[in-house]
Amino acid sequence: MKALDDRPTVVCNGMIGREAFTAKDREQNFYMIGSMGLGLSIAIGAAVSQPDKRILCLDGDGNVLMGAGVLASAGALGLKNLHHIVVDNEAHGSTGGQKTITDRIRLEQIAKASGYAYAERVEANELAEALPAFLEREGPAMLLVKVDEGNVKGIARVSHTPPEITQHFADATRVKGG
Amino acid sequence: MPKTTEFLEAVKANGYDFFAGVPCSLLKGVIRRFDEEPEWGYISAVREDSAMGMAAGAYMAGKKPAVFMQNSGLGVCLNAIVSLNVIYEIPTLIVVSWRGKDGQDAPEHLVMGEIMTDYFDGITLGEMKGLPWRILNPDTIEEDVAAITKEIDERKVPGALIVAKGILNASS
Repeated sequence: MKALDDRPTVVCNGMIGREAFTAKDREQNFYMIGSMGLGLSIAIGAAVSQPDKRILCLDGDGNVLMGAGVLASAGALGLKNLHHIVVDNEAHGSTGGQKTITDRIRLEQIAKASGYAYAERVEANELAEALPAFLEREGPAMLLVKVDEGNVKGIARVSHTPPEITQHFADATRVKGG
Repeated sequence: MPKTTEFLEAVKANGYDFFAGVPCSLLKGVIRRFDEEPEWGYISAVREDSAMGMAAGAYMAGKKPAVFMQNSGLGVCLNAIVSLNVIYEIPTLIVVSWRGKDGQDAPEHLVMGEIMTDYFDGITLGEMKGLPWRILNPDTIEEDVAAITKEIDERKVPGALIVAKGILNASS
């Protein structure tokens, strides 16, 4: 989370949201605790509304699969200010690690075919090096990060109330610049 | 007589400035105007719940969103409404067609047509008993849009303007 400067970030539900919260809570994060599959839609709405502000969606493979049609919306809208990081562990982490289907299906290829300006995959150990340049690319851009399955122990649930989260993200998104 | 122009003027006058949705033949006039007049910025969404998600992002980014859909889309939207809009207190105007009204329609529309207002009444959470809805009356369009907007804004919840056949089906 440290590399993300101050850009407003929609964080999908499940373990990714809890891990992001535990690793480094940021006022700019919209922690989506329900509505699985809708993270990218929320990020698109913010990116369309604030074209001069860069918006990030921190997503997971289960979420992308559930809202896969929305990749085409992001591509069709050609949102230059939209960046999409997908943490792909090939599993539904928060419900017990059941397998998704991304061991066989490449989400970055679907994104490319859906009109993303950029969509590539990296291994977890390549992320730190790839991230700064990725975040400067013209969107819509996807960076898919392959990670091992398995949840870290001691991960907390997001402790802000949903209305507080709404307010934090609104405060971060409505200000000019960035 | 279609009331699309009057309706769109009321929508604008009430401050709405973000539009997304999935079409319905009963809303054909509005969607045609959106297509012909790109200044509305209407987003043709792939699913109704995605339109609700976009509207939520737009609201937080400072816009006032309205989402358009057929009532079949309410089925798709239930999780977005209850686990996004309601708990995060994100108001959104839902302009929804009433297919299946009075049992007069194709079979796939009959159940949703019958439970139309029950759907909104049935979304409860503790003290919150149901979401606001209003049936659009072609003779009181301005008043109806203003009234549902006031309730949505005050309660910070999504609310519906229910549109029967013959009101917004042509672009005039």
